[in-house]
Amino acid sequence: MRVYATLVYLFLYIPIGVIALFSFNAGRHASQLQGFSIKWYGKALNNPFVMDALETSLIVALVSATFASVFGAMAAVALHGIKGPVRTIFDGLIYVAVMIPGIVIGIATLIGLVTLFDQLNPMIAAIWPGGFEPPKLQMGMLSLIAAHTMFLMALCIIIVRARLSGMDRSLTEASADLYATPMATFRQVTLPLIFPAIVAGFLLSFTFSFDDFIIAFFVAGSETTLPIYVFSSIRRGVTPEINAIGTMVLGVSLVLLVTAQILLRRGEKKSR
Amino acid sequence: MSKSAYATTDEKRDRNIVAELRRVTKRFGDVLAADHLDLQIREGEFLSFLGPSGCGKTTALRMLAGFEVPTEGDVLLDGEIVNRLEAHRRPVNMVFQHYALFPHLTVAQNIGYGLKQVRPRLPRSEIAEKVSKALELVRLPGFENRRIWEMSGGQQQRVALARAIINEPKMLLLDEPLAALDRKLRKEMQIELQNIQRSLGITFILVTHDQEEALSMSDRICIMRDGRIVQVGSPQDLYDRPMNRYVADFVGTSNFFDGRVTSVSGDLAEVTLDAGLTLSGRPIDKVSAGQAVSISVRPEQVHLTRTGGGEGQLPVTVHNRIFLGEHTEYLVIHETLGEFLVLAPRQSELNEGPFNTGDVLQASWDAGAALVLDRN
Repeated sequence: MRVYATLVYLFLYIPIGVIALFSFNAGRHASQLQGFSIKWYGKALNNPFVMDALETSLIVALVSATFASVFGAMAAVALHGIKGPVRTIFDGLIYVAVMIPGIVIGIATLIGLVTLFDQLNPMIAAIWPGGFEPPKLQMGMLSLIAAHTMFLMALCIIIVRARLSGMDRSLTEASADLYATPMATFRQVTLPLIFPAIVAGFLLSFTFSFDDFIIAFFVAGSETTLPIYVFSSIRRGVTPEINAIGTMVLGVSLVLLVTAQILLRRGEKKSR
Repeated sequence: MSKSAYATTDEKRDRNIVAELRRVTKRFGDVLAADHLDLQIREGEFLSFLGPSGCGKTTALRMLAGFEVPTEGDVLLDGEIVNRLEAHRRPVNMVFQHYALFPHLTVAQNIGYGLKQVRPRLPRSEIAEKVSKALELVRLPGFENRRIWEMSGGQQQRVALARAIINEPKMLLLDEPLAALDRKLRKEMQIELQNIQRSLGITFILVTHDQEEALSMSDRICIMRDGRIVQVGSPQDLYDRPMNRYVADFVGTSNFFDGRVTSVSGDLAEVTLDAGLTLSGRPIDKVSAGQAVSISVRPEQVHLTRTGGGEGQLPVTVHNRIFLGEHTEYLVIHETLGEFLVLAPRQSELNEGPFNTGDVLQASWDAGAALVLDRN
């Protein structure tokens, strides 16, 4: 058993390790190591295409993670307060949303938005005052943010819901017993206790959005995110520059994921 | 509609009524948690709801706190119907079973929580001053900046108490507050709760399943069973004049002999036991011939002597002996009554020598000490 487990882990992590290793390669070929250098990092960070893609990715990740964690937390609190079939149905739908493959979300969002825009654009043009060019709704950064927010919100709801159900119900009762109005209870008790979960949800969402290729590929329109840039440049061959980008993304992702885990663990301990 | 069902002797009976339950019923789906509860709670008293788990005592408390709305009937605070008044608008505070202290706040912030909600806002210095006074009252001076998880269970218990009483509520509701503490700490807290209740004069309502706790602390006890109130009275009332076998069994220890009433004359009733013997006893409630009853005899009211054999004396064999210091507990066997407990003062052994296992003795009791109780 131990041998198999070791093999599985090697299979998973060796390619990642190789990418990280070759990002420090002094030579320009991806297949042979020729000494240590960090010049490819400098090269990647000075490449205007890379920086553009990075900026797009960061904006998309930041905005969609913010929306997802805020609205997700709101939805989780609302769901926590209701009972019966409505809650069961919503819970089911949320889990489905997380489990649906990215490619399905990508295609579905693409078709849905394109159809919607086709309907809306003539209407906007019709009511638009003459003399100005009417705005045209199309796929781009906003549609990508919308698609990511929708998918990540489900994730945030699950994280915050878990936190809420781990919370002792008598805490909110105690707050009400001590004259706090429902709003004051939310502000002084519920929110501080679920806050670590909201932040963790934000960090996870940020990572997922930042790393996402499949959904972005379908709905980003003419925008290029970092994963899309990497994908398109790989077709011209793997350079150490790509390895450097990959390693940087990996590093940032790991830091965020570990931070999220620590926040979730610590929050759990505190509420006991 | 103010039919009072409680005992006759109570020094606090003339005080004002702070809260009242009027034919209060609470259903959770098909479950009847509280069934036509009628109870008046007097200012400054220490009242306990006593009963096994699931008897509705916590539901009654939660309706007073405002966490549950009665299905039928009315809950009154200070003479006003408050059935639907939310918890945060009631001048009542609660100590929760697992304390429900806010883990993200310090001890001082926990205790000052209620004062912080007051509008218009109280000055910070006033809150801080009251917090430190409350901490002194529960004997935790200087603990203001501690974190909740740094405190032991007993200390958390005190913080929860301070957090409730700092608001000077009309009533303090305590939901099994001592259940999580070990025995020694529980004893200490019982005394402390009593002292605090007396010095503040706040009405305390305690929910407990521990009869000893209820007996030692309460002015009055309300015994509950299956969502109904069985009997309300002072601890001594319940011990000496239980309405039925359930109360006698729940409050203190007793020996029960089942039988049927054969005749009633004056203060006494003759009961023919299922085992065949005929005993007489004092009925607490009205009994009539043919009624299924239990005769209840408290262990300390049985006398053991080495010689005798007169009328009303039962020959018994000592089966087990437990020395308890000032008392000795014997498990004795009578050939028709079976096993029963006797608690004899040390003096009886000093007079007659130790009663050892296997000794044959004479057991007797005053007819007035044997209570004839309805079997339900």
